[in-house]
Amino acid sequence: MTVIETLRSAFRGITANKLRSSLTLLGVMIGVAAVILLLAVGNGSSQQINNLITQLGTNTLTVRAGSGFGFGGGTTATDTSTKKLTLDVANRLADAGLGHVDAVVPQVTTSLTVSSTNANETSVSLVGTTPNYFTVTTAKIGTGESFTQADVADAAKVVIIGSTLATELFPTGSALGKSISVDGTPFTVVGILATQSSTGVSDANSVVVAPISRVQRSYTGFGAISTMTVEATSSADVAAAQGEVEVVLNQLLKYNPSDTTATAPYTVTDQTALLQTAASSAQSFTVLLGAVAAISLLVGGIGVTNVMLVTVTERTREIGIRKALGATRPAILGQFLVEAATLTLLGGVLGVVVALFGAQFEINGTQPVVLGYSVPLALGVSVAIGVFFGVYPAARAAAMRPIQALRSI
Amino acid sequence: MSATTVVSTGSTGGSSSTSAGGATAAPLEHVADAVLELRGIRQTYGTGEAAVEALRGIDLVVTRGDYLAIMGPSGSGKSTLMNLLGCLDIASEGQYLLGGVDVSSLDDRQLAKVRNQQIGFVFQSFNLIPRMTALANVELPLVYGGVKSAERKRLALEALDLVGLADRVDHRPQALSGGQQQRVAIARALVTSPTIVLADEPTGNLDSQSTDDVLGILDSLTKVGRTIVVITHENTVGAHAARVISIRDGHLVSDRRNRPLGATRGNGAAV
Ligand SMILES: Nc1ncnc2c1ncn2[C@@H]1O[C@H](COP(=O)(O)OP(=O)(O)OP(=O)(O)O)[C@@H](O)[C@H]1O
Ligand SMILES: [Mg+2]
Repeated sequence: MTVIETLRSAFRGITANKLRSSLTLLGVMIGVAAVILLLAVGNGSSQQINNLITQLGTNTLTVRAGSGFGFGGGTTATDTSTKKLTLDVANRLADAGLGHVDAVVPQVTTSLTVSSTNANETSVSLVGTTPNYFTVTTAKIGTGESFTQADVADAAKVVIIGSTLATELFPTGSALGKSISVDGTPFTVVGILATQSSTGVSDANSVVVAPISRVQRSYTGFGAISTMTVEATSSADVAAAQGEVEVVLNQLLKYNPSDTTATAPYTVTDQTALLQTAASSAQSFTVLLGAVAAISLLVGGIGVTNVMLVTVTERTREIGIRKALGATRPAILGQFLVEAATLTLLGGVLGVVVALFGAQFEINGTQPVVLGYSVPLALGVSVAIGVFFGVYPAARAAAMRPIQALRSI
Repeated sequence: MSATTVVSTGSTGGSSSTSAGGATAAPLEHVADAVLELRGIRQTYGTGEAAVEALRGIDLVVTRGDYLAIMGPSGSGKSTLMNLLGCLDIASEGQYLLGGVDVSSLDDRQLAKVRNQQIGFVFQSFNLIPRMTALANVELPLVYGGVKSAERKRLALEALDLVGLADRVDHRPQALSGGQQQRVAIARALVTSPTIVLADEPTGNLDSQSTDDVLGILDSLTKVGRTIVVITHENTVGAHAARVISIRDGHLVSDRRNRPLGATRGNGAAV
């Protein structure tokens, strides 16, 4: 039997039962589309996270008070042997003349409410820091200007506010030069931050940034500061900078890392660590979506399998007739192989088209990015399932004596 | 290729006048002009207690151009024998030579070729492939025989014309009457010009008019020298044959000739 004949009889088989064929097509299509699209969503969100993190810059270190993540309170009360991370410590670190450190940006943070003549109180986080905050971190001045070192020295009542907060407090005009009330104290708005993409739970566009001296005097007191951002001379020097910073801080805070009874008064994290954490969480998200996708592919595959099995059982008699008329086993296998492959391939290609089309749209705030390998993977798996379960039972029927196949059903 | 060794049980149940060579232990010569030679054929279905012996030692020789009817009660093993003759099944025991070739020595591909080119099989239940037109059904053996498309169509139309269905070629089996379906099936059996036409109760599902049509076609085939084996319950059908054998409980119990080999019914003239 020639190739053309095989194709022709396969085509006849496909068109002979349109419902069965379209169900197979649909099963494969949905499975393939789901796999590609879900993986694309996972990939898209992990790319989004990576983009956010690279925006933070990779040449900075974050020094936090306390021995773990996020403990702003510093050392525990019972710990008397070490000192706290204070503004004085930060200043002395900055003045230590470390070779791989460009800048030290101390920060204190607190939550409070702000209001304007035009708007009611809203709660925000207030950051007290120094002017280099705007050069070292991702917070950049959009309009207006930064407060100055002199403002820090004077503990001036000036603030820079986030863009969202600015429109909230002053819906009609520019917030620049206006006065806002921070927990009852009037401050002048000297600058507005450029809009940032939001990184986490707190909205980076709703913050208030003021000179650290003023924030300490009015709100947090002169105790421990919450964090310091240390800028290394380049991203290659981050590790060296971390070493230098740790040596100086241990000395200043009288902390001996080899003393196992002492609790570390600070922790240093670099952006690489943060990046890795975020990347791995994005990775597990993608894996999760991939698992869901695999399940849908499996379910689609079972559907196809089911249709194929029913088909072959139905058609065992047909196989018997064909054998009685002189069909060889390869001729029958060829027909069923081409039939199954055509159906599943067609369904798979339709699935790819649907997935690529669907990936054009934002899904739940994430722009899906199609993973290159997911297309051949999904297509390959579904075609393999379809072909196997289309051909395997046909192969068994074709191996029978004609009379056995004819007698079945 | 010709078989020289014969495994024969020699347990023929009845008289078999033309069973040339008989059941001797000595190597048998291939009977001249024999198309079908069965020696000690046994067929057992199932194993152990459930085993059914459908054929219990059949010796039979069918000469080229003969018209043989197989008769016998239901369950006597007629279809079992026919399926063996058509290479649709393989005997549990014994030897079957088709055109002098031992069928058991053939592989799957060679068997397919034998079914395709030497045998035309007509089933009681037609066994047309649904959803394929009469023409496509008749073309099917030619497809497997590797005949080119145009030639295939010509031969299939010729065969359909022979069975009087030239005006029904594009109908699907569902749209044909039982008699018409059986005629399509006969056209399909004839289209490859096989040496042997085997028909298992071809008229079993047909009314008398369709029966006459089908028998008429079979009669005309003997005139062109085809070997025909037909199973039937009906004596009227058996009367068309040149030779009638009877089977009972898997044994060949009678073998009688209606008219000499080569003579056709009615005029008795040799071809
Ligand atoms: N596949 C099978 N498995 C088991 N037993 C079988 C099988 N096919 C046939 N038989 C048995 O073999 C015996 C002969 O069956 P066969 O079909 O040859 O009879 P038959 O002479 O054609 O009868 P009928 O005239 O009713 O068609 C029967 O007893 C039947 O039950
Ligand atoms: Mg029967």
